Amino acid sequence: MSTTDLNSWILTLVTFIPLGGAVLLIFVPRRDRDIRVFALVTSLLAFILSLHLPAHFEHSQTGFQFEIDQPWIASPNIHYHMGVDGFSMWLVLLTTFLSPLCVLISWHSVRDRVKEFFILLLIMQTTLIGVFTSLDLFLFYFFWEATLIPMALLIGVFGHARRVYAAVKFFLYTMIASVFMLAAILWLYAKVGSFDLIAVEDAIRKGQVSGFGTAAPWLFLGFFVAFAVKVPLFPVHTWLPDAHVEAPTAGSVLLAGVLLKMGTYGMLRFNLGLFPEQSYANRSWIVALALVGIIYGALVAMVQPNMKKLIAYSSISHLGFVVLGIFSFTSSGLNGAMFVMLAHGVSTGALFMLAGIIHERRHTYEIREFGGLAKPMPTYAAFFLFIVLSSLGLPLLNGFVGEFLVLAGAFRAQAVYGIVGASGVIWSACYLLWMYQRVFFGKVTSEINSNLPDLGGVERAALWPAAAMALVMGVAPLIWLSSIAPAVENTLVPFARTVANVVKQ
Amino acid sequence: MSSVEAIPQTADYVRILPELVLSLFGIVVMMLEPLIDERRNQQALGTLSLIGSVAAILASLYQAAYPGFAFWNMVKVSNFSVFFHVLVTTVAAIVILTSYEYMSVERIRAGEYYSLILLGTVGMCLMSSAVELVLIFIALEISSISTYILVGFRRGEAASSESSLKYFLLGSFATAFFLYGIAIIFGASGSTNFDKISQVLSSEHVPALAYVGIALMFIGLAFKVAAAPFHIWTPDVYEGAPAPIVGFMSTAPKAAVFAVLLRILFEANAPGRMWLIWVSAALSMCLGNIAALVQTNIKRLLAYSSIAHAGYLLIAFATAPEVGISAAMFYAAAYAAMNVGAFAVVSHFANAGERYVTLDDYAGLGRRSPTLASTLTIFLLSLIGIPVTGGFFAKFYVFSAALRANLVGLTIIAIINSAIAAYYYLRIIVVMYMREEREEVPIMHIPLALGAALVISLAATIYLGILPGRLLGYAQRAATEVLPSQGASTSGTAFALPK
Repeated sequence: MSTTDLNSWILTLVTFIPLGGAVLLIFVPRRDRDIRVFALVTSLLAFILSLHLPAHFEHSQTGFQFEIDQPWIASPNIHYHMGVDGFSMWLVLLTTFLSPLCVLISWHSVRDRVKEFFILLLIMQTTLIGVFTSLDLFLFYFFWEATLIPMALLIGVFGHARRVYAAVKFFLYTMIASVFMLAAILWLYAKVGSFDLIAVEDAIRKGQVSGFGTAAPWLFLGFFVAFAVKVPLFPVHTWLPDAHVEAPTAGSVLLAGVLLKMGTYGMLRFNLGLFPEQSYANRSWIVALALVGIIYGALVAMVQPNMKKLIAYSSISHLGFVVLGIFSFTSSGLNGAMFVMLAHGVSTGALFMLAGIIHERRHTYEIREFGGLAKPMPTYAAFFLFIVLSSLGLPLLNGFVGEFLVLAGAFRAQAVYGIVGASGVIWSACYLLWMYQRVFFGKVTSEINSNLPDLGGVERAALWPAAAMALVMGVAPLIWLSSIAPAVENTLVPFARTVANVVKQ
Repeated sequence: MSSVEAIPQTADYVRILPELVLSLFGIVVMMLEPLIDERRNQQALGTLSLIGSVAAILASLYQAAYPGFAFWNMVKVSNFSVFFHVLVTTVAAIVILTSYEYMSVERIRAGEYYSLILLGTVGMCLMSSAVELVLIFIALEISSISTYILVGFRRGEAASSESSLKYFLLGSFATAFFLYGIAIIFGASGSTNFDKISQVLSSEHVPALAYVGIALMFIGLAFKVAAAPFHIWTPDVYEGAPAPIVGFMSTAPKAAVFAVLLRILFEANAPGRMWLIWVSAALSMCLGNIAALVQTNIKRLLAYSSIAHAGYLLIAFATAPEVGISAAMFYAAAYAAMNVGAFAVVSHFANAGERYVTLDDYAGLGRRSPTLASTLTIFLLSLIGIPVTGGFFAKFYVFSAALRANLVGLTIIAIINSAIAAYYYLRIIVVMYMREEREEVPIMHIPLALGAALVISLAATIYLGILPGRLLGYAQRAATEVLPSQGASTSGTAFALPK
């Protein structure tokens, strides 16, 4: 097959290979080892295929690439329309990159109902990739909702003690919020007669949608509420700590690494793409919530006695940076937001893997149970330190680049945003290093801890790629930014006009 | 072919071919029962009935090539009738497949059971092709009487006999209403044929009596589809009846009655239907869903859910016929697929004497039988209306038809109800996957026949969720035949189909 043939089918392949693997897995006999290997091979295959995307991505070209647009259902007018730009391509790669690591990290930790676990994990992967590749609002909404079911089952079936409570809370929170988005999507469909994102965007820009003026603020809010819960933005974040603490490690990795980015991706694609004026008009309170989230998340993380809860709250803080970057409406802010999304996916994913590794040995996340772990587990401690440093934004590691760009953008928009946001960086250093100190330094406090085995082969295999990626992203961010930048410019085009209008008045 | 023929011709018989096939097989099954060895007759008679229902499906498809009237304008074969024929006979085939195992576990005499299913299906088929009120009444009776008896087939159980008696008494009462309505309509229009009735009801001066007649007929039919406020019998009857039969009676006769209702309300162009439907639909959805929230018996829960679904479906009847008919037809098909599948799982899991039918028994099913649990999950997701299942597009078409008819209030009630319904369906899923079983509930191996039934209904549910276009297109074409003929066709023959 030549590359051009592959170009139009690559997204379909990458999206549905995990699902195909899950279906085949149903028929694989219950020999746990075979099932694990099969899941690993499937997710690696998806990863390798997804490498085709950056390899053949045209940097000069704005708009969507690798598009496929087939009519699917005539009534209602739904197209099977997929495509990626600089934003979604990297999120697809993030998903395919993290999935094999999730399989590896679950290699020994999941012993019961192994088959169901990996089936759910693979289905999860398909739905996540689908969210980023769909360009049809219906298709997007379907994948968006479909992520809920495998994730709720992963939490509710394979999670820890309060898993059912966490799963139901997660499901209800995000499901109810998405209903508002569905209402907005249906309104747009009723007026435009198409679910196609590009057609809808076109109709809105050309002013062909009747009654759009009065409805637009509500439509904006409908989308925004669904995304804000997913991110999660400050007052609607309460599902996240519960979901994370109860989720199995792989679930946490995908939840923090990819699922939260669905929210920020949605803001970039739909709120900014479809409703630029409303986004601009609502920027001040959204930025305020993002700043509160940064500070609040960091402060609450500081006092957590539970390691996993600490990482969960740190996610709230980091995702606050993303929202801050997006609603700064500057090109460095948007570039930075996108980069933070990717960096956070890698670092926090790795942090959750590390937390999972210690939980497997001690069956607890309580920080006070540990101390002096650097002695019995030196390799583990080294990996942990490296990832902690990348997460708190040490220069030359991935966390720094994104946060720096976001803060630069925030300063441009309003100096105050930048100042408050920058303090979040300091807080994150505090809570992460303090946690590290309590867990790894000092004397070994407990007898059990002195005999803990260090990392095994599979665990190393799961951690090495993440650590290497954290370094590469910090040293050579241009690999990513060069294809993100055109998408950013494309997104900001209407804002140049909006700002000009405001200035004129 | 002229309208008044002294002797029926071959074409007439082709137009009732599926009914003939079903009757033949039903009678043969009944007569063979005493001749076949007791130990083998379950399997053999079941297979024979299955062949009969498949033959009826083929006959319906064959019949589609010969549209037109038969038997002095009493029967009309059209895409509309073929649609419901295939739907009803397919449901019958799936129910027969589901019953294989149930029969041997419950020790039910196979001959009467299977032949009653086949004969009941005759009535349901005839209901969808009859265009004459007296014939519709007879067809309705054939279908009802068969189900009355089938409901009482768990003879050892008091609950089953109770539900049979309850269903019979209330059902007869409702049928009487229907008959009374026919009489009044005849008085008002001078005919029992839809064509004539349509002319009278479309004219400027609709006789006041006609409103009464329509209302009475609606009461009779609303009882049969379990629409509020005529739904009271449903939970008790469903609880007592054999589980495969509940799957049958909650889908096939309902679809047939909806076909009749479509004809009465649209083809006969019934006046004043709007508010009747509005109230009944809103009540059914609210009462059904709210009552379902507190059920602990899965059969009762699905009974209340079926009341709610009748409510969603009724919405389509209050909309414009151009979109409403096809939406209702699609809904009936999608609902049949998912509900008959859900009851197949329930009847397999219930085990001897239907011991395991409470929600608590389903705890831990996800661990003990992943296949059964995941299949039921998909049916439940479809009942909720999650995309990529038939249930989603069913709701989508009905709600968008309602919005187009400016029924905003009713649509909002329906959407709120869908959200409420999600809770109790999801509760079953949560119990299956996330709760540990309290006592060991035996899980039986899934036999081939049941597996086939599950695969067919699962495939139909997902097919309608991924590619709804073909069925909807067919339903739209069929709908044009039921549209009120605009003033044309003054002759009684009315052979020309409206375009």
